[in-house]
Amino acid sequence: MNEFPRSVLLIEDEPQIRRFVRTVLEDEGWLVFEASTLQRGLIESAGRAPDLVLLDLGLPDGDGVEFIVDLRKWSSVPIVVLSARVREEEKIRALDAGADDYLTKPFGVGELLARVRATIRRYGQSASTDVKIVKFGDVTVSLQDRRVTKAGEKVHLTPTEYKLLSVIVANAGRVMTNQQLLREVWGPRHVERRHYLHVYMGHLRNKLEDVPTQPRYFITQTAVGYRLLLPD
Amino acid sequence: MPTIVNDRPDIATSPVYAPTPERRTTRGKLRIYFGASAGVGKTCAMLTAARKLQADGHELIVGVVETHGRGETAAMLAGMEILAPREVLSRGKPDSGFEFDLDGALARRPALFLMDELAHSNALGSRHPKRWQDVVELLEAGIDVFTTLDVQHLDSLNDVVGGITGIRVTETVPDRIFDEANEVVMVDIPVDELLVRFHSGKIYHEPQADGVSGSFFRKGNLIALRELALRRTAERIGDDVRAYRIEKSIDTIWKTGTGLLACIGPRLDCDHVVRSTARLAGQLGAGWHVIYVETPALQQLSAPRREQIHRALKMAEELGATTEVLAANDVAHACVNYARDQNLSRIILGRGHRSWPWRTPHIKRMANFAPDIDLLELGVPANARVPAHPDPGGDSGYGSTRKRSGRSYLWAAFASVATALAAAPLLAFLDLANIAMLFLLVVVFVAVRFGRGPSVLATCVSVLCFDFFFVPPRFTFAISDIQYLVTFTVMLAVGLITGHLTAGLRFQAYVASRREERARALYEFARELSGALQSEQVYESTQTVIQKAFRAKSLMLLPDKEGRLLVTEQGVPANDRARHEKRLDLDLGIAQWSFDNAKNAGLGTDTLPASRIFYLPLQAPMCTRGVLAIEPEHHHWILIPEQRQQLDTFAALAAIALERVHYIDVAQNALVDMESERLRNSLLAALSHDLRTPLTSLIGVSETLAMSRPSLSGQQLELAQILHQESLRMEALVSNLLDMARIQSGEVKFNLQWQTVEEMVGSALRVSQGALKQHRTSTDVAPNLPLLHYDAVLLERVLCNLLENAAKYCPPGSEIVVAAEQRGEQMRVTVYDNGPGLPAGREEILFDKFTRGERESAKPGVGLGLAICRAIIEGHAGSISACASPIGGAGFVFVLPIGCPPNMLDAELLDFDLHYE
Repeated sequence: MNEFPRSVLLIEDEPQIRRFVRTVLEDEGWLVFEASTLQRGLIESAGRAPDLVLLDLGLPDGDGVEFIVDLRKWSSVPIVVLSARVREEEKIRALDAGADDYLTKPFGVGELLARVRATIRRYGQSASTDVKIVKFGDVTVSLQDRRVTKAGEKVHLTPTEYKLLSVIVANAGRVMTNQQLLREVWGPRHVERRHYLHVYMGHLRNKLEDVPTQPRYFITQTAVGYRLLLPD
Repeated sequence: MPTIVNDRPDIATSPVYAPTPERRTTRGKLRIYFGASAGVGKTCAMLTAARKLQADGHELIVGVVETHGRGETAAMLAGMEILAPREVLSRGKPDSGFEFDLDGALARRPALFLMDELAHSNALGSRHPKRWQDVVELLEAGIDVFTTLDVQHLDSLNDVVGGITGIRVTETVPDRIFDEANEVVMVDIPVDELLVRFHSGKIYHEPQADGVSGSFFRKGNLIALRELALRRTAERIGDDVRAYRIEKSIDTIWKTGTGLLACIGPRLDCDHVVRSTARLAGQLGAGWHVIYVETPALQQLSAPRREQIHRALKMAEELGATTEVLAANDVAHACVNYARDQNLSRIILGRGHRSWPWRTPHIKRMANFAPDIDLLELGVPANARVPAHPDPGGDSGYGSTRKRSGRSYLWAAFASVATALAAAPLLAFLDLANIAMLFLLVVVFVAVRFGRGPSVLATCVSVLCFDFFFVPPRFTFAISDIQYLVTFTVMLAVGLITGHLTAGLRFQAYVASRREERARALYEFARELSGALQSEQVYESTQTVIQKAFRAKSLMLLPDKEGRLLVTEQGVPANDRARHEKRLDLDLGIAQWSFDNAKNAGLGTDTLPASRIFYLPLQAPMCTRGVLAIEPEHHHWILIPEQRQQLDTFAALAAIALERVHYIDVAQNALVDMESERLRNSLLAALSHDLRTPLTSLIGVSETLAMSRPSLSGQQLELAQILHQESLRMEALVSNLLDMARIQSGEVKFNLQWQTVEEMVGSALRVSQGALKQHRTSTDVAPNLPLLHYDAVLLERVLCNLLENAAKYCPPGSEIVVAAEQRGEQMRVTVYDNGPGLPAGREEILFDKFTRGERESAKPGVGLGLAICRAIIEGHAGSISACASPIGGAGFVFVLPIGCPPNMLDAELLDFDLHYE
């Protein structure tokens, strides 16, 4: 990978959780900084300039979502949220505020690593050049000439389907909330018509997934939104 | 009092006419068999119609039918059910009569009742004094009624018939009952035939026929009655035609400003004026008002005369008029102003009696003030006689004014004489003119102090004294100089005018102070009530105010939760209570009736007027809040319209205060509920956080341990993996428990969205993929399913539970299928497998909490999963059950209603391909 180890800032008040996350990430070659409060977290993120922030939403000294808003004012560092809350509104708030992904506690080690890798890769890609071609499975999406093929054959998409696909491909790996997708594709006046999104996502799956009822790429984040999962 | 009577469609004051089709459908229908006199065959006609209906299978009961001993009528009753009459107990003693049993009738609720003789008066002690009121209650309960009526019993024709036949009947029915009846059937036979029937004894069996009715059954009378009955029926049919035309919007021209204003005075023919106006208003189809203008002179009227006026006003109200008592100095002005305010175009007065020649009659003065208003002078009825009862001198409060006024006349005379005596020695020093001035001064004082009458007396006595004591020749009434006649005349005139003016001012001041007193009482009551936070406070202040303002005892009755009235005992000191209750002889039955029907009852009303207590329902905007029982010291008091108006205002204020207090309670309860819900939610949230946080550590740490490098030795690795497995199982258990607690506490708010079924199936399979690793899963979702309205998180949970259950109970390698299809208006989602299947006969028990398929099972789980599924599916108005598996294992199906999904048209219409190859 890199000569310089990537660094991650872990903001979490439970020492046991910090302990095992640190172990796992250090095994993967990350440099881990820890903070147990939001206050400390802000100082660390300014001083250490980490490549990734893992943020627990339920910290004793404040609302994690506000921390994201603050951080986003001056930094575009990727943020993955860890939350014990099962309430979907919290996740949506965090994602809308600028978080890139979320993990619901309790989470598995494998899942944590997969999310961290996907997020970092996405940032690496978008930082290097504009990606014009995205591939997943036997599907190729060429954003430059608006061409979509599956197993070498051209797939016919309606304009709205294509627009939805292009938005979700451009944000591959990242969780897009329903509102964000509706705003991008249908415009701000249609953010309440969530059923448009579900129906069109169904169309995309029918055309691009092998088994539309068991999708592998167009993943539903139940009650939150969608994510295009790219294979490692 | 609401006076919506005479619901003719084109009343100027009410553009929406009352007997709307809706009201007609909910109310029972009234059919009146109407005839000119007894014996024309009304009862027979009614019974014939009823027999026909009964033969057609209609349910009917005979409420009352008077056979008058006629055999043919009795024969027609055969085969009909007759409601048993009720023995009327009046003041504890069995009265002579059996009466119609209204409560029994309401309890039976047949489709149709037969009620003979609508005008009948009930025996004392019945709920209503008149049978027509019983009929109205039956109609309001939605029961149809057939009844019979003679023309002489119609209220507005009562005096006319009396004039023709010489017999006034006391039993009358208000015209509005006749006018509002759905159908009127005129029963008519030629007069000669009627006379033959009468003389052959077919009408009255008994010898009474020769007495009163002998003079009644004369040919001339009968012809006149027949004409009256036919005319009245024709009038009604004319109204029906007009009502029909308006209902069908055929006639869009509305007569406006045809309202009538009857002005009644202290004369004896006020009943006549009211009845005539009622008839006229009926003929014109116009609204009408009756007013009584109380001038200072009329204030002095004796109590019976006043009561007579109030009775006339009450009768007018019953006949459908709006009534008002105005206090003013000038009758003509007050009438014209009132007519202008109310947009009434005709004023009706009785013919003026002989008046002083210099006084212009009211009608002339009105003509001068208002040349645009029609004036109608009614003739004096032929049979109006001087009243038999002489003025008994007035009772109660009026007696004292009388005594006082007698004394004031004495004072007036005394003052004049005393002035004469005091001025006598001054004659040497003063001119006669100045002495006359002294007398005038005294007259003014007397007028200010004692009013008009005494001032007139003082004037006369002064003139006489002046003449006797001062004008030469002194000490005789003779005068030497003719000039003094001028002095006397001027003195007299000045004295009279001053007296009149000051007396007018006195009256105005009196009226103003009374008004101010009323306004202040109202203001104080409102202020007191606005501070009341409990119904006891409302109760107490109402009682005090009524005691103070009306000098009447009162008791407030409030309903309990079931709507039964209870006597409020708060506010009454314990030792006082017994006395209090003894004094206020409450009848809870009447009070309850008044509460249920939201109508006044008791003293001075149509319902049980024999009671000594007046029951006033407290009507607030939302519902009736209670009943105010009032026992006035003088029972005529309740008849005075202005008092009643103020009482109504007080009652409305008290009702609103009670309602406000009620809603304060409601708001407080809601606040407590909200608070406890918030507490419950934060408790669950804290519990959830505190349980999951150590679990997260446990799972993460055990997994890290198992994956740690360098790898653990075989046994260590195995132990670490077991640790990880068990902590995962613990996590599932905690999740289920917390979910169940949340669902049961009602915290879960369903976040329903229109989504596809594929979405739910796909995400559930993905979430459960860990558990399903060792099984083969497939889906069978029908294409083009409609959208479904559901909470994604919760239904995903249901499907996951079903899938994980299948995975748990099926051996590795089994097949698990998720299927979805539409059946009619329902969506069926099935999860089935080819595993061992469910234990027979226990399918339903599975959904109970803490139940599992096998008893002593090594399989993990406490069986909460299916109970949660059921709670969630039932929250979606669906159902979940076990079902047969088409591949021979266990199966579970849940069914959800589809509803009406939003259309996608607007999204898809615009979405056509612009660059098709």
